[in-house]
Amino acid sequence: MGDEARKPPPQVALKLRRALGGKAGWNGVAVQLVFGAILAWIAYEIISNARTNLETQHIAAGFGFLQNSASFDVNQTLISYSGSDTYFRVFVVGVLNTLLVSVVGIFFATLIGFIVALCRLSPNWLVSRVGGLYVEAIRNLPLLFQILFWYLAVLAALPAPRQSVSIFGAFFLNNRGVIVPSPLGQPGLAPFLAVLALGLVASLALRSYARRALFGQGRVIRIWPYVLTMLVGFPLVTMLVFGLPFTFEFPQLKGFNFAGGGRVIPELVALTVGLSTYTAAFIAEIVRAGILSVHKGQMEAGSSLGLSRGATLRLIVVPQAMRVIVPPLTNQYLNLTKNSSLAVAIGYPDLVSVFAGTALSQTGQAIEIIAMTMGVYLLTSLITSAIMSVYGWRISRSLGA
Amino acid sequence: MTDIVASSFVRQDLVAERPAPVKTTGFLGFVRTRLLNSPTNILLTILGLLLVWYAVVPTIKFLLVDAVWSGKDRTACLAENAGRPVGACWPFIQAKFTQLFYGFYPEAERWRVNLTFALGAVLLLPLLIPRLPAKGSNAGLFFFAFPVVAFFLLHGGGITGFGVSWVAGLLQLFADSISGAGEILVGLSKASPAGPLLWAIGSVIALVGTLLHWVIFPLTWPRDQMQAAGQGPWLDFLITAVIVSVILFMLGGGTRAGSRPLIASLATFAGIAAVIKLMGLDHGGLPIVDTRLWGGLLVTLVIAITGIVASLPIGVALALGRRSTIPLIRIFSITYIEFWRGVPLITVLFFATYMLPLFLPGNFTVDGLVRALIGVSLFTGAYQAENLRGGLAAVPRGQGEAASALGLSWWKTTSLIVLPQALRHVIPAIVNSFISLFKDTSLVSIVALFDLLGSLRASFADPVWTTPSTAFTGFAFTGIIYFIFCFGMSRYSLFVERRLNAHRRN
Repeated sequence: MGDEARKPPPQVALKLRRALGGKAGWNGVAVQLVFGAILAWIAYEIISNARTNLETQHIAAGFGFLQNSASFDVNQTLISYSGSDTYFRVFVVGVLNTLLVSVVGIFFATLIGFIVALCRLSPNWLVSRVGGLYVEAIRNLPLLFQILFWYLAVLAALPAPRQSVSIFGAFFLNNRGVIVPSPLGQPGLAPFLAVLALGLVASLALRSYARRALFGQGRVIRIWPYVLTMLVGFPLVTMLVFGLPFTFEFPQLKGFNFAGGGRVIPELVALTVGLSTYTAAFIAEIVRAGILSVHKGQMEAGSSLGLSRGATLRLIVVPQAMRVIVPPLTNQYLNLTKNSSLAVAIGYPDLVSVFAGTALSQTGQAIEIIAMTMGVYLLTSLITSAIMSVYGWRISRSLGA
Repeated sequence: MTDIVASSFVRQDLVAERPAPVKTTGFLGFVRTRLLNSPTNILLTILGLLLVWYAVVPTIKFLLVDAVWSGKDRTACLAENAGRPVGACWPFIQAKFTQLFYGFYPEAERWRVNLTFALGAVLLLPLLIPRLPAKGSNAGLFFFAFPVVAFFLLHGGGITGFGVSWVAGLLQLFADSISGAGEILVGLSKASPAGPLLWAIGSVIALVGTLLHWVIFPLTWPRDQMQAAGQGPWLDFLITAVIVSVILFMLGGGTRAGSRPLIASLATFAGIAAVIKLMGLDHGGLPIVDTRLWGGLLVTLVIAITGIVASLPIGVALALGRRSTIPLIRIFSITYIEFWRGVPLITVLFFATYMLPLFLPGNFTVDGLVRALIGVSLFTGAYQAENLRGGLAAVPRGQGEAASALGLSWWKTTSLIVLPQALRHVIPAIVNSFISLFKDTSLVSIVALFDLLGSLRASFADPVWTTPSTAFTGFAFTGIIYFIFCFGMSRYSLFVERRLNAHRRN
């Protein structure tokens, strides 16, 4: 009788209040009502003003303009494009060009960033000072300044095509960009690529098998000879059987310009150099901080277990440093992608330049075009941050287990 | 006994001197241990020396040794005229100096720019030195008084009304807009199937608008009277001063709390009156200089400082909103922050330049510089909010709980206990975001404003100065200016960080 604990009262009203108004209760509900009313008023003002303004300027709202013919040319396209194509195709061309410069920029930024970080961590005084100088100089100058410097000062100072600076007789630097050999596909290309892809898949499978064997049964499997055979040996054999997969067409100076080969436009060169050297300075600091964040004792413990220096770095230090490095590194990749919009300053045909620049000034559809442009960047960054939160969740789970 | 003595060994002669240990101190020791201690390091040192040789030496040669120091136009900076390889063309900078600093600001009025920056420096420096007292009033002057004074100094123009007129004007716009919305809804109800419902909502909104008109009548009536009488701002100023002082006196606790708030308020208004009188704002003020004439470092600093001053309150509001438990406010803050952080600044500037004018009433035009300022402030505010959120999270929970246990309200807990501690934690992060803001001001040159970089680019177009070294000279000069500002700020942030973490040093 009366031994069992009494049920707590249901407290429906309290829970409702918490759900509707947070800790502030009914006051919170009132604040929200006022706030919502203000937001609604602002939204109403924006919509009604925009409608009146568009009417006075005789601009039809809506996305119908995307089907109209764009009638302007773009000087670098990854997909076929001509002036008679639609504005939607201009949009796609812009997105692809943005992706191109981002991917190339990310590759070089990571490369330079890791090299500079190693320089800064080097026990050699001079080398670490040179690394520090690079980081300080680059980080304290605006990115747009650097891009314009490369474009207006350095690339413009290069000689005309006839006096091109030649690198190994295959690459030519001049004020019209970089002339590179272009690959030509040969009949052997398909089997070569197929074998390469197969080798890649098999290597990845082998690696995961070896790791499972290592952590599950403590068995050490040396995989690099197999991987080397599959990634280099088999493709070589295929090449011998089916012939060369592709040959290079080398550029030749004919008259005042080059024939053959591919041309990388100077805008792309300036933008890539500017973006990758700038982001590299930030990546270098992230990598340095990540490696320094691993306690010295970890290295000492590794060598006291009899691991070689290389094995200690590879198995103990780097995995722990990566945990610190990866989130800010992704952030930098995202920054680089967003910063690639500075292309508009030098006329590289990226999304902002061709779509929010040329197409906007031609059609005057400011609301739709800027919303679409912002949407592309917003989507990229939201997807990246979603992936990063999954990564963070996995890391915290593996640390907790 | 003797046996033992005989078998023990006593060295008869001195041990040969060993060579002194390798020196690890001093210059030679330093070279040995830090530069040449292993074959790899020797190789790296040689590589580093080569790099320095090929990067630093030509730079110095270009900037100083080969430079041309005087001349009137491009001919002085051409190699065939100088008879030697030509480096930097400094006369170009001399000729473009005023353009790079003031843009096309009229020469007779440039003292106003200089005065503004002198004033800013005088107010900012004591704020940065932690040892100096009176941070509160100093910050108040820098963050509230200085922007207003700077506006009237740089832009010019006067005022015709004061507090009462402005507030009345704003409220009237608001009330008109609400009445208008109600009328539109009532108008729509005739054609729509949900007619009666729309009619009811529209009528209610229109009624609210009319009520608002009645509520603000005590403000609009004196304004109309003053406008009809053609009075200057002084009567308005007097009324505002009396109303605000009385309200502050009441809120401060009336006679119980003593007359401190009253004195403070009266002193503030006396200061405002002195400024109005001194600058002659009551009859026209200084001649107006259109912002299209502004340029160079002036625009860069105006955007940077406005961004800094405006982004902090936005950031504080958003950071508090993101921590709030009230659902709508939290959702709004998160959406706002993530949206602005997800898009590049250049699209924000495009938004402010092309989209914002569409959102405003047709008779309302916004200056190009102001549009850029709005864009930069909204954008930086979102980043500032994330910095501050870190600071708020670093304040121990017990601080807020202790404050509420003492009976402080949410506002007092936040403004007196939590925020000061949070702000102190994040000073380095805030300064760092100011550095990136300062660098990002260069982007406004893309939306046709001539900041330092834009002016530089415009100066390249001058055919009088086209030489092969013009571009390099211009970039070297502006680069040095940008570097001095950014490097100075980053050193300051390091200094503050070290000061804040003084207790953690071992």
